Amino acid sequence: MVDAVIPRGPKPRPRFSRTNIMLYGTLIVVAAYYALPLYVMIVTSLKGMPEIRIGNIFAPPVEVTYQPWVKAWSEACTGINCEGLSRGFWNSVQILIPSVILSIAIASVNGYALANWKFKGSEVFFTILILGAFIPYQVMIYPIVIILREMGLYGNIWGLVMVHTVFGMPILTLLFRNYFTSVPEELFKAARVDGAGFWGIYFRIMLPMSLPIFVVAIILQVTGIWNDFLFGVIYTKPADYPMTVQLNNIVNSVQGVKEYNVNMAATLLTGLVPLIIYFASGKLFVRGIAAGAVKG
Amino acid sequence: MSSSSNARKPSGLFRNLSAKIASVPMVLTALVVFVGGTAWTVLYSFTSSKLLPKMNFVGLDQYERLWSTRRWLISIENLAVYGFFSMIFTLVIGFTLAALLDRKIRGENVFRTIFLYPFALSFVVTGLAWQWILNPDLGVQSVVRSLGWESFTFNPLNDPDIVIYGILIAGLWQGTGLIMVIMLAGLRGIDEDIWKAARVDGIGTVKTYIRVIIPMMRPVFVTALVLIASGIIKIYDLVVAQTNGGPGIASEVPAKYVINYMFRAQNLGQGFAASTMMLVSVIVILIPWAYLEFGGKKRG
Repeated sequence: MVDAVIPRGPKPRPRFSRTNIMLYGTLIVVAAYYALPLYVMIVTSLKGMPEIRIGNIFAPPVEVTYQPWVKAWSEACTGINCEGLSRGFWNSVQILIPSVILSIAIASVNGYALANWKFKGSEVFFTILILGAFIPYQVMIYPIVIILREMGLYGNIWGLVMVHTVFGMPILTLLFRNYFTSVPEELFKAARVDGAGFWGIYFRIMLPMSLPIFVVAIILQVTGIWNDFLFGVIYTKPADYPMTVQLNNIVNSVQGVKEYNVNMAATLLTGLVPLIIYFASGKLFVRGIAAGAVKG
Repeated sequence: MSSSSNARKPSGLFRNLSAKIASVPMVLTALVVFVGGTAWTVLYSFTSSKLLPKMNFVGLDQYERLWSTRRWLISIENLAVYGFFSMIFTLVIGFTLAALLDRKIRGENVFRTIFLYPFALSFVVTGLAWQWILNPDLGVQSVVRSLGWESFTFNPLNDPDIVIYGILIAGLWQGTGLIMVIMLAGLRGIDEDIWKAARVDGIGTVKTYIRVIIPMMRPVFVTALVLIASGIIKIYDLVVAQTNGGPGIASEVPAKYVINYMFRAQNLGQGFAASTMMLVSVIVILIPWAYLEFGGKKRG
């Protein structure tokens, strides 16, 4: 959004000056370094095992094969279970959808209450919530096990959904609170005069106005929850393991011959969802992480 | 929950009732999970809990055992090495890339997209990708050897002395993009006139960055430091995926120690004590930051 404002003026330097060559040279070399792992993963996943054993990891495949992708998706084994990563994928989808909806619904209402309906003590709870974001998860993991066990949700997908909702709350609440605070107060007051209440104003005025921030929140949550490993491994049973956990179990399993091409195809499959979101959302992703990074 | 507002009027409790009801999840999270959970863990770190949490206090026994366990000492050392280099390299690389991108270059979006994409990937994916690239038999080492440099050795993941640097390479690849974006936003916030004034005074570009721009960006650097630091303490899945703590226990980290003792070794007390130490280290970082950030405002 920034460079849309800055006009592209005439270039102050000649095109092939020494500084320019240095500048672009450095950027291109660094960019190549950052792109390399993705490239290596892609070419490895398209080679057959004999080619991998004799060849160079940076070389493009001589004979392209999609077999590793098929195997990673539907046949790869974790222990005695050989259903491939597809199970982990669908588990992740089942965890993702309710977690994203619930965490954003709760956090947006929280942010709205904090911005427009302050009550005594609301700021105190908010401060605790934000400070809580800095507490290492390891400190709260076991008490949450006890809470979920008491509720009968331990080892169940819904327990994990609750955990994602709780740990997504600080950053999302901050995001929504800051956004709703910037909505002109006159609008809010006018709606109050017209007799609209808490939920009326939320659904009829705030929600329609704040679609962009909802998109940012969705991007933030989808990538965050999809990439989670720790909570998945602790709060679900092996049958419900999310994709990241299953991926790790497939690749780092000690049994059998290592099939690097299948491993890389599996790794790419797991990275695909956040990568698609990243490349499709562009600046909104940057806005999301900037909002997450810079405190209000 | 809303009873926290000690109402003077009998109607006080019910004023704003919808907002209070809507805030119940936040209040429960803040009080029960964050405050209650933390207090619970700290309290039970003074007990001899094994398989199940039990209220038999043993004072500082768990902490004494913790600090005499080799695995924990290695974890702490790894965290210190990883943290120190990660802090420095992330700041230097992040700022340098941002400064390069800020020189009004063509294709800024393409470069930024490439530098930031690793941040979208999970630590598990990052760790597995770098485990493959650093594979001694088929990865970088073998490629360089096949080019003619037969004695070339770069096998960090199987060398206990340098394994943490192998993890550092992967961690930097994943995380520097985020800091670059934050630094870039900070650089964009600096007034063009500063640059004009520096040019008029005949100060060179590099010198302007070091003497003028970086001091002006202090808040951005502080934010970046807090972000990097809280990320470092959490490091867990990267290690699990890339080395699983190996070779031996050479790349163990505190977060992994905690999980191992709580869920594998069934020694809850050790896990609680170790996680309390993690909390203490966060507080040690957080207090100076909070003081710097909010100290001047003097709020009641």
